[in-house]
Amino acid sequence: MEKELRLMKGNEAVAEAAIRAGVDGYFGYPITPQSEILEYLMEANPAESTGMVVLQAESEVAAINMVYGGAACGKKVMTSSSSPGISLKQEGISYIAGAELPCLIVNVVRGGPGLGTIQPAQSDYFQSVKGGGHGDYHLIVLAPASVQEMADFVDLGFELAFKYRNPVLMLSDGAIGQMMEKVYLGPQKERLKVFADWATTGKPDTRDRNIITSLDLDPNGQEIFNHKLQEKYNVIRENEVRFEEFQTGDAEYLFVAYGTSARVCQKSVQLAREQGIKVGLLRPITLFPFPTKRINELTGQIKGILSVEMSAGQMIEDVLLAVNGKIPVRHFGRLGGIVTTPEEVVENLKTNIIGG
Amino acid sequence: MIEVTGIKEIIKPENLAYRRTEVLIDNTLSYCPGCGHGTAHRILAEVIDEEGLQSQTIGVSPVGCSVLLYNYINVDIQQAAHGRAPAVATAIKRLLPDKFVFTYQGDGDLAAIGTSETIHACNRGENILIIFVNNGIYGMTGGQMAPTTLPGMKSTTSPLGRNVKTMGNPLKMTDIVATLPGTYYVTRQSVHTPANVRKTKKAVRKAVQYQKLDRGTCFIEIVSNCPSGWRMTPTQSNKWMEENMFPYYPLGDLKVPEE
Repeated sequence: MEKELRLMKGNEAVAEAAIRAGVDGYFGYPITPQSEILEYLMEANPAESTGMVVLQAESEVAAINMVYGGAACGKKVMTSSSSPGISLKQEGISYIAGAELPCLIVNVVRGGPGLGTIQPAQSDYFQSVKGGGHGDYHLIVLAPASVQEMADFVDLGFELAFKYRNPVLMLSDGAIGQMMEKVYLGPQKERLKVFADWATTGKPDTRDRNIITSLDLDPNGQEIFNHKLQEKYNVIRENEVRFEEFQTGDAEYLFVAYGTSARVCQKSVQLAREQGIKVGLLRPITLFPFPTKRINELTGQIKGILSVEMSAGQMIEDVLLAVNGKIPVRHFGRLGGIVTTPEEVVENLKTNIIGG
Repeated sequence: MIEVTGIKEIIKPENLAYRRTEVLIDNTLSYCPGCGHGTAHRILAEVIDEEGLQSQTIGVSPVGCSVLLYNYINVDIQQAAHGRAPAVATAIKRLLPDKFVFTYQGDGDLAAIGTSETIHACNRGENILIIFVNNGIYGMTGGQMAPTTLPGMKSTTSPLGRNVKTMGNPLKMTDIVATLPGTYYVTRQSVHTPANVRKTKKAVRKAVQYQKLDRGTCFIEIVSNCPSGWRMTPTQSNKWMEENMFPYYPLGDLKVPEE
């Protein structure tokens, strides 16, 4: 079936893609700059078309716990928010990871800390990739760089979530959430009809009761479970790394950037090449798992890396680990909701990497 | 010898007057001797069994003494984060509207950290049963002051007695939710005597029937004891409950459907 072409905001694209992906339930709470997701879904009223439940929760905390309840029934459920709201959800996200439940969480990041600002930022990288909540767990983190990817990563997110029984986080930002672009939308999918054997759907005589919990009071049992989780994360690291390269073939220098920063850096590559600087771009699409192996391979060819991020330097830690001291790595980024310009990035490449 | 033979004649399966329902799992309960949780569990399990709902039930357990509910009741159960059971149950019931969905929560879980989830689930009239076991104390963590701890009552975090001027008055959550249009049936019961057990069981049975009608939230408070947390024997604790808890939390229906 042919895809439908629409002009949409990133937030609207997530909402429409969720309906078309056959999502069973969305539970959200208003916060700028992502309220359009909940607004679009309420307006579209998919309860009438696909049967999808859309509920405005009383809090971010309630919303993520509704996701827990729905995911534990084996349903395709999701929530979305922006930075301060995602902080509130962290307890629930830890429980979801601990109970190994599949779900999709969308973070349309704004500047922090605290109430911060409503403009786009990338300062939630550590929270998304290194944990956020308590305990040793990882989310699978997808970083869209376009409205199209915000739509596409709904399907991809659920695919990965169910494949690994693991929560997936789509780490977008206020720029991609708010801007309008053309987007190709897939056909309407049917909602799930068959549910996983672990789901709490009511215990028939033919099976034992299903229990969804993250509790094991026996530390030996909890250690065994933690090892099992770590094995799962290693399989994810092995199989699910996604990234995109732009003009890296002959590159002597490299930008590493995701999301909005990657779009800026694509322009910076053009500008620098006009000045005779051979620079390329590596755009991680998955932030967990991180394209560690590929970045390490490139150190044979690259003289220096500029890690560009709208933060004070968070992703750079993963770039440094990948590079393992072989070549210089520096960070450049604007803070507090300011989007970096392509010119600033080129200037910084010249002073910090080439001249530095 | 004659007498022993006589007893053996009587102890036969066909003569059983009372048996454990299969919905109650034959595990040793983790509760202290004399605690009301075991009785409340049995009532719930019996009603699920008698109403033929085992295959249709999804329960939500809290954080607190009854966190291990899933070890005792033989139905599908989700263990929720502290206070969040009504939000978890909301999604379950919305996504599986034909199932019987209940939460089982203590007073710290429901009336302190989960106040918001409780009030809003009831205000939306979520078609679930909330069972609220109120023993006026945090039992699992060792007897700290709960939102329901009585004025003057001693606990490990109110060792001089609850001072209402600095610690607030005990919260009557059941009275609060009874004022919300979203609740359909709100009652306060106990399980410390056979007569009260029968009344509580009747209340649970009613709530099961009401959930089929899709009219709103059913809320059953069970005022209970905590011999360990109250530093009393089981018998003393039940007497103390009658003399002190019941005047503050009077038993009976707070909201009944017009039938």
